[in-house]
Amino acid sequence: MLAFTIRRLGQSVFVLVVMAFLVFLGVYAIGDPVELLVNPQADALERARATAALGLDRPFFEQFATFLAGAFRGDLGRSFVYNVPAIQLILEKLPATLELAMAATVIGIVLGIPLGLIAGLRPNSVLGRGIMAGSILGFSLPTFWVGLVLIMLFSVKLGWLPPNGRGDTVLLLGVPVSFLTADGLAHLAMPAFNLALFKLSLLIRMTRAGTREAILQDYVKFARAKGLSSRRVIGVHVLKNILIPIVTVIGLELGSVIAFAVVTESIFAWPGTGKLLIDSINQLDRPVIVAYLLVIVTIFIAINFVVDIVYSLLDPRVRLGQAAGAH
Amino acid sequence: MLRMLRFAAAALVAFAVPFVAAKDREVSIGLQAAITSIDPHYHNLSPNNSLLLNIYEPLINRDPDGRLVPALAVSWKAIDDLTWEFRLRRGVKFHDGSPFTAEDVVATYKRVPNVPNSPSSMATFVKPIVETKVVDPYTIVFKTAAPHVLLPSDLASVYIIPKAVAETATTADFNSGKAAIGTGPYKFAEYVPNSRVVMRANYGYWGGEEPWDKITWKILSNTAARVAALLSGDVQMIETVPTSDIAKLSSDKNFRLADKVSNRVIYVHLHQWSDKPPPGVTGKDGKPLDKNPFRDARVRKALSIAINRDAIAQRIMEGKSVPAAQLLADQFFGTSKKLRPGKYDPEGAKKLLAEAGYPNGFALTIYGPNNRYINDEKIAQAIAQFYSRIGIDAKVETLPASVYFTKATQGEFGYMLLGWGTESNEQGSSLRSLLATQDLSKGMGVTNRAHYSNPALDKEIVEAMATMDDRKREGIIQHGAEIAMNDTALIPIHFEVSTWATAKGYKYTPRTDQYTLARDLKPIK
Repeated sequence: MLAFTIRRLGQSVFVLVVMAFLVFLGVYAIGDPVELLVNPQADALERARATAALGLDRPFFEQFATFLAGAFRGDLGRSFVYNVPAIQLILEKLPATLELAMAATVIGIVLGIPLGLIAGLRPNSVLGRGIMAGSILGFSLPTFWVGLVLIMLFSVKLGWLPPNGRGDTVLLLGVPVSFLTADGLAHLAMPAFNLALFKLSLLIRMTRAGTREAILQDYVKFARAKGLSSRRVIGVHVLKNILIPIVTVIGLELGSVIAFAVVTESIFAWPGTGKLLIDSINQLDRPVIVAYLLVIVTIFIAINFVVDIVYSLLDPRVRLGQAAGAH
Repeated sequence: MLRMLRFAAAALVAFAVPFVAAKDREVSIGLQAAITSIDPHYHNLSPNNSLLLNIYEPLINRDPDGRLVPALAVSWKAIDDLTWEFRLRRGVKFHDGSPFTAEDVVATYKRVPNVPNSPSSMATFVKPIVETKVVDPYTIVFKTAAPHVLLPSDLASVYIIPKAVAETATTADFNSGKAAIGTGPYKFAEYVPNSRVVMRANYGYWGGEEPWDKITWKILSNTAARVAALLSGDVQMIETVPTSDIAKLSSDKNFRLADKVSNRVIYVHLHQWSDKPPPGVTGKDGKPLDKNPFRDARVRKALSIAINRDAIAQRIMEGKSVPAAQLLADQFFGTSKKLRPGKYDPEGAKKLLAEAGYPNGFALTIYGPNNRYINDEKIAQAIAQFYSRIGIDAKVETLPASVYFTKATQGEFGYMLLGWGTESNEQGSSLRSLLATQDLSKGMGVTNRAHYSNPALDKEIVEAMATMDDRKREGIIQHGAEIAMNDTALIPIHFEVSTWATAKGYKYTPRTDQYTLARDLKPIK
């Protein structure tokens, strides 16, 4: 276990360094940030000054070495555009994105699993067919379009919900959250639902497929034969067995939603990291791009690490010692 | 129980009434681009300069038409070719209560070139000043090393802060609000990067009372989100209305559109670095040409008159652009009345191409950005279609701004679609930046990505720069513009028209500099 942890840690650091190098190289190849930052009317002297101020006058490998040295001390550099530490910029925006991702996940679970169960238990009923047709829409409609339709309906026509931004926040364990205030919930509802739509459809289909398969199994027939109530058969026996793949997918989707909620964030002007990342890419703000991806990769590595450990706890056949080779 | 409820309801109503009344003097405005700092000298960037002009003020302001008007200076004049005297306004107080005097100006100009890590500083504007003399607290004299006619215009871009702040504050102090102290009509209240800025009225403002107590500026970069925010009443005004929504908003009685031709020209630079054929230009068979066709003025003229500017303005821009013949629209300083937009003449273009030795045309790649100017990609595509009518095989390649401009500067494009906003509102400075023979150390042709060179034009530009008399200078600049445009030094397409949309009950006075200022937004009954 200890050996596994140490080996995993080593691999993770290697992955992070390689990733940082690739992003560095990528941004370097795309273009010169000074070209975008400096006012077009500026003269050669001003350009040279800005290039030097941002450290872009030095050779590529020296820039990368400086970054690495800083990174090992926990300093990921300062934003070219905002002149604040890149990590501070990201950590300011991260709670908003995490909140949005969590809210979307909760909506997906709370609506998706029950709807999927209904569709799986009554596949030929009007309700079951209706749910499936709805899930196809959820899959195929582009997020930005659904977002705009939501805004047009609930903000412009009905005037029930605010069209953009994040509402009032309160501190929960030192982190600003908005879901505890009425204003915050009103602002959160539409973007969270918009982001949840794809996840919701996915969960409905997975739950339905799992349910259809499970109710034909012997243990379900046996449970029914034993005289258990239908509620117990479905709520305990069926649900428990179909949840394993569903939980895996929820975990995977959570990661991707945190990292890539860009479209929803920009349509609803949600002040999260996705919008920050897109703006930074457009302005070639390299320190922010690198720091953001480092944070995200670290989150992914941590999730995977936890998942591997949980697997080994759940399933004694998985041994972490040999896991690396056996996969 | 019922009585308690009634009581609560009555209390709510009692509280609600003054609350609604206060809202009358609150307004939210949707902006297109994020600002990068509250520090007025950190980043010379239009969104920053526009928003911060509500908090801070320069010595000289610009009115909506771009003319210079007194602000913190009541008057200014050139005593001789190298000396300028500015008389300052008395009785002005900063937001912290301290009085404004000449010492604040001196300290501000001293800070400007020394803001750490600035990605684009304001140093260019104060650099011409080599010596400053404070005559008395309300009179200040600047000396320049060489005649510098644009000094008042340059100083209109530098916002004054108190001496105590200028000497100690860092960019972070401004962003936190601690140092955000100016003389402007509004005071800083809150800044959430990439999201919003809140300002409150400065009740002691020297220019009189403003109509708003509180202003919330929201960054709504997504065009659809910005329009939706206006439609739903979340904001009362937006800037840069997307062309696709102009027809809808202008026919709706609940909204009002305001527009004005801007100082930004959309133009094409033609690569003339050497006699070798430029990138993206080949024979129709794909084989390289034997020389650079763009060095032939006849080819340049043909490429210009083959473009139907009116069609672009009407069909692509929904009427929100003005066909261009030079680098600034007619009402600006130094523009020549003799220059008219090239008439659409495909037959004439074919003839010119034949005279120049290309009777069958050639193949051309039109390069352009796809997220920088209004409808930039569509304009490039339209130009390609016009060229196919004169026998040129044109294809379009557009790139995001982050990639495009670096490559354009490095000379990797032959035919490049670009834009230029002339901050000084004087055509001399755009001729100097875009078309003077490149000499970076002298500030000549700094954005001449075509490497166009014309000694006759250079002579006019240098002379204009040293001519202090406004009327004389204007004549020289007009002559220079005629030399450049008759040689088709570049292909002007159109001037962008900036648009604003307001909700019912609000009126915005549109500006040529594309700035969105609270003082130009008024309530109407």
